[in-house]
Amino acid sequence: MLKIVLRRLLVAIPTLILVSLIVFSLQKLLPGDPLLTLAGEERDPQVLAFLREKYHLDDPFHIQYLAWLGNVLSGDFGHSLRTGVPVATLIAQKLPVTLQLALMAIVLALLIGIPAGVLSAVRKGTPTDYAANVVALSGVSIPNFWLGIILIMVVSVQWQLLPASGYVPPTENFLQSIRTMLMPSFVLATALAAYLMRHTRSAMLSVLSSDYIRTAKAKGLLPKAVVLKHALRNALMPIVTLTTLLFGELLAGAVLTEQVFTIPGFGKLIVDAVFTRDYAVVQGVVLCAAVGFIFMNLVADILYIVINPRLRHPQ
Amino acid sequence: MSVQAEAIAPRRRFGRTVTKFFSNRSAVVGGLTVLIFVLLAVGAPVFATHDPAQTSFTTIRHAPSPEFWLGTDELGRDVYSRLLYGARASMLAGVISVSIALLVGVPFGLVAGFYGGWVDAAVSRVTEAMLAIPFLILAIALAAFLGPSLSNAMIAIGLSATPIFVRLTRGQALAVKTEDYVEGARAIGLPNLLIITRYIFPNVLPPIVVQATITIATAIIAEASLSFLGLGQQPPSPSWGSMLNTAKNFMSQAPWMSIFPGGAIFLVVLGFNLLGDGLRDALDPRDN
Repeated sequence: MLKIVLRRLLVAIPTLILVSLIVFSLQKLLPGDPLLTLAGEERDPQVLAFLREKYHLDDPFHIQYLAWLGNVLSGDFGHSLRTGVPVATLIAQKLPVTLQLALMAIVLALLIGIPAGVLSAVRKGTPTDYAANVVALSGVSIPNFWLGIILIMVVSVQWQLLPASGYVPPTENFLQSIRTMLMPSFVLATALAAYLMRHTRSAMLSVLSSDYIRTAKAKGLLPKAVVLKHALRNALMPIVTLTTLLFGELLAGAVLTEQVFTIPGFGKLIVDAVFTRDYAVVQGVVLCAAVGFIFMNLVADILYIVINPRLRHPQ
Repeated sequence: MSVQAEAIAPRRRFGRTVTKFFSNRSAVVGGLTVLIFVLLAVGAPVFATHDPAQTSFTTIRHAPSPEFWLGTDELGRDVYSRLLYGARASMLAGVISVSIALLVGVPFGLVAGFYGGWVDAAVSRVTEAMLAIPFLILAIALAAFLGPSLSNAMIAIGLSATPIFVRLTRGQALAVKTEDYVEGARAIGLPNLLIITRYIFPNVLPPIVVQATITIATAIIAEASLSFLGLGQQPPSPSWGSMLNTAKNFMSQAPWMSIFPGGAIFLVVLGFNLLGDGLRDALDPRDN
């Protein structure tokens, strides 16, 4: 078991190195002198010389990359050009906000997606199934920033039920924090719920046609017990891993959701950085997102092994 | 299989695919939706009732009326006419960025799957690394570094979607490579390039077509997202995403400014998704 986990970790290393290379190469796309971009408004020759030295700008590409990587590995992602705050600090400040949003979205998506999937599998071919599929396809097709705008118009402006924007930390006022995040997390959850519904449905359908379900039915168990205790438990396996794998989707969705609801999180950080040409922040955010995604993949792999004992002993 | 039978079989399979596609109601609805939007985009100058860039101080934020079918925006421009011209940006972005992804991704996938070995290892590692960066975040970063414009947004979205096609094509090529007809082509000494283009490529095409259709939907949403963030189509040229970007400042005063562009994105993306699902069912050889 430990050996498998370690091997997965080793496999992740070349991917991480390549990701860092891609993120570093991004700055090579910039037109003009990278020094002036790094310096921002600063034109003091001493500062320029320091930056030139620090980022090895006179050296060839691979030396520059290694110098950058060395800084990143020691936790130095550079400084925000606009505020001078270290990028690592900025990310550490914004990440909890997005994690709360993502976590609430996952909970909502599971609460909507799994029951809907079970229902449409059990009632396959009925109007319920058909309606669930239409709703799921709409969930995938609807641009979530538009859904956000519409919800604000109806729920906040018309009905004045929930706040339209902003963020309250849960440590400050837990209930208010949940209230402000409810609408954004629902918006973020729609696509996720749709995927979960579709996968739950197909997993349930294949489980429901298996022999042990027929046996359970033949024993005279109540249909509800068969579905919930026997079928769902087995169908849930692929769904657990799918949820971890959709993490990347969630992060990307958070960028737009946070923009619509003006939530000061990870996604808003990258958008604001793009507009202030704060490239070190953009690179830091992209790198963090990728590392997070690779980590979640690892978690998915390990979860899969934990859930499915047959994978525990490789041949 | 005799030469004659081999020549007839694909045509019969094609006929069956077409029949199956047209008997699928949601696939036809999806196809029609896409077709209508293509027509509206192409015929924008014909269907438009106003100049999409014509501003007017006397018609600022008018509600929908017989004169302005879908209302006017914050500069007095006709929302309906802007929607039609915006369709051009969206459809073009969808098609061009997916074309970029296909042109780059499919050859790499074919070569990786066919040759295997270190070529495959190298291509696969880079693909994995690109897939590790969430699609939209990669697109935003690329668009940010390339500079904000519609064509850069298309390049950014196309490059971000490329690994999807590399991985898919590689997997398909790997499966097709061991088929008898490829072995046969090798045995008679055909050059590799000819085997790839003449025997492998046509046989990996169906799943790629399905994926391309669905990726157009993703690309349209991505372009709208980039334009919404201000990284795509630049004003005053209309695009659905940039229309929503300004509309969000007038949510309570002029809701029509947000409702229609968003609805258009939703419909066209739904159309491409339905079409993709329908093509997948129709092209699936297992049901035949």
